[in-house]
Amino acid sequence: MRGFFAVFKKELHSYLTSPIAYVLAAVFLVLMGFLFRNLVMQFNAFCLTYFSQAARFGGQLPELNLNRIVVESFFGLLGFISLFMIPMLTMRLYAEEKKLGTFELLTTSPISNLQTILGKFSACFVLYAGTVGLTLVMMGLLDAYGEPDWGPIVSSYLGVLLLGASFVAIGILASSLTENQIVAVAISFGALLLFWLMGWASQFASGGLRKVMEYLSIIDHMEDFYKGVIDTKDVLFYLSFTFFSLFLTAVVLESRKWRGVR
Amino acid sequence: MIEVEGLTKYYGRSPVPAIEDVTFRVEKGEILGFLGPNGAGKTTTMRIITGYFPPSKGTARVAGYDVMEDPMEVKRRVGYLPEHPPLYNDMTVEGFLDFVADIRGLERSRKKLRVGKVAERCGLDDVMDVRIGKLSKGYRQRVGIAQALVHDPEVLILDEPTIGLDPKQVVEVRNLIKGLAGERTVILSTHILPEVSMTCGRVVIINKGRVVAEDTPENLTARLRGVRTIFVEARGPADAIEKVLREVPDVKDVRNEGSEDGTHRFVVESTLEKDVRAQLASSIVSGGFQLLELRPVGMSLEDIFLQLTTEEGA
Ligand SMILES: Nc1ncnc2c1ncn2[C@@H]1O[C@H](COP(=O)(O)OP(=O)(O)OP(=O)(O)O)[C@@H](O)[C@H]1O
Ligand SMILES: [Mg+2]
Repeated sequence: MRGFFAVFKKELHSYLTSPIAYVLAAVFLVLMGFLFRNLVMQFNAFCLTYFSQAARFGGQLPELNLNRIVVESFFGLLGFISLFMIPMLTMRLYAEEKKLGTFELLTTSPISNLQTILGKFSACFVLYAGTVGLTLVMMGLLDAYGEPDWGPIVSSYLGVLLLGASFVAIGILASSLTENQIVAVAISFGALLLFWLMGWASQFASGGLRKVMEYLSIIDHMEDFYKGVIDTKDVLFYLSFTFFSLFLTAVVLESRKWRGVR
Repeated sequence: MIEVEGLTKYYGRSPVPAIEDVTFRVEKGEILGFLGPNGAGKTTTMRIITGYFPPSKGTARVAGYDVMEDPMEVKRRVGYLPEHPPLYNDMTVEGFLDFVADIRGLERSRKKLRVGKVAERCGLDDVMDVRIGKLSKGYRQRVGIAQALVHDPEVLILDEPTIGLDPKQVVEVRNLIKGLAGERTVILSTHILPEVSMTCGRVVIINKGRVVAEDTPENLTARLRGVRTIFVEARGPADAIEKVLREVPDVKDVRNEGSEDGTHRFVVESTLEKDVRAQLASSIVSGGFQLLELRPVGMSLEDIFLQLTTEEGA
C-alpha cells in the first residue's frame, strides 16, 4: 500500500511540475469552452426561431430541451477530445521509466507491479478527473441562465470519468510496450480509435461477431449516461475494460522480465 | 550472505548465453570485486541477484532467501546501484531519496534520519533541494549511491560505481565503499584493475560469461606479475613426470590437471623471463617418458588482465 502511495505521489508530482499537463489541460478547457459556447449559441438560435418553426411542423412542436441539445452534445464532444488528450498524458508512464533506467529501480524494489500500475493509473486518472471537473464551471453557467436537468449532467460526468478510466488504462498498457513515447501515443491512439469506431464497424458484421463488436463499442455504453440513466451493465463494462487493460499491463511487464528484454 | 550457483542467462532467443554457470559466494561483511572486461556479464549477473530478471538456469540466494522464490525478502535487503543511476530528473534530491525510502520499505519513523544520514555520507547536504536534472555527473552518481544506501540494506550491489567520475570523486567514492566493509556485504563490479586492489577483499574475475578466477587481489596481482604457463601432456607414471618437471630450473609450480589411461596433463608455471619449453621437452624425453604435447597456454588470466583497464581513472 505504501508503495502505491509513493508511486501515486511521484507521478502526480511529476505531472504537476512539467508543463505538459498544464498545456494539455489548458488546450482541453479552451476547446471545451469553445464548443460549449457554440452549443449554447446554437440552442439560442433554435429558441429564437422556435415559434416561427411551429407552422412548419404543423403545430406539432419538437421538444425544446436544453439537456438534449447542449448537455448531450457537450459530453459527447468531451469524450472525443479525451481520446486525443489521454494518450498524451499516459505515454510517458512506463516508456520514460524504461528510457531513463528508473524502471530498474522500480523492479528491484520490494513493491509489486500491481502497486506501480495502480499508482500510475490513479495519478493520471486524478489529473484527468480534475481537468474534467473544471468544466463544471460551464455547467454552472448553464444553470445560472437556464434550467438544465441536473440528473443527466451528474450521470454524464460519471460516464465520462468511467470512459476516461478506460482510456487511461489502455494508454498505460501501450506505454508498457515500448520505451519510445511517440510509439506509445501511436499505439494507444490507434487502439482507442478502434474501440471508438467499433459500433460503426459492427454494422457490417453479423452473428456472434456483431454482438461482440457491439458490446466492445466503447461509446455506445455512454448513451444511457447522457440520458440520466446509470445502468450497472455499462458501469461494469467500463470497469472491466479498465481492469482488463491494467491486468494486461501486468502481464506485459512480467513476460518481458522472463524474456530478459525491457 | 550471497550465494550464487550455476547462474546461466540467455537473452531473448539468443543461443549464446550472456553468462554461463557462474558460481561464487560472498561472506557477511565482505567486499567482493566483480572484475571483467566489457561484455563479460557483470551487469547480467547483478541484475539476476537483484531480481531484475530471472536466470535461465541456476539459483541466487541473499541472506538465505532465494531470489526466485522470495523476491520481496531479497529486494528488501538489497541496495542496488545499476549501471546507469536510476534518477528522476524532475525530482529534488531530497524528494527522490524520500521516494526510494518509501518504495524500499524503510520504516517511516526512520526515514528522516536515514535520508539525512546518507545525504551527509554521500556529500549531498548542499544539493538536497536541487532538481536532479540540474546536477553534474559526479553528483548524480553520488545520488545513485545514496539511493542504494537509504534503506539501510544489509547487502549492496554496485555496478561500476566509479565510472564517469573525476579522479578526486573516484577516491571519495572508493573511501565511501571501503567504509562500508564490515557492516554491509558488498559486490562491486568494475573493469578497472587497480580499483579492486584498493577496495575489495576478494575478487571474482569473469570473462565471456564465465568465472575464470577467484582470489584475493594480492594473489591475483602476484599471479599476473611474471608468470608464464605451459601445458604439457605426457605418458608415464604421473608422480615421476611431475618430479622431473619440477626439477627443471626456473619452474615455479606444476599442477596435475588430470589423467586418462596413462596420459597425464600438467600445467607448468615458470618465470616470464625464461622460456623453459626446450628444457621441459628434453627432461621428459631423457627421463624415459613419452611427450605428447607441449604448448604455451594461450588465453589465461594474463590475457584477460590485458583487456582490463590498468590505468587509473579510465
Ligand atoms: N538486454 C540485452 N539483450 C541482449 N543481449 C544483452 C542484453 N544485455 C546484455 N547483453 C549481452 O550480454 C553480454 C553480457 O553483457 P553485460 O552487460 O552483462 O556485460 P558487462 O560485464 O556488464 O559489460 P560492461 O562492462 O560493458 O558493462 C554481452 O555480450 C551483451 O551484449
Ligand atoms: Mg555492465
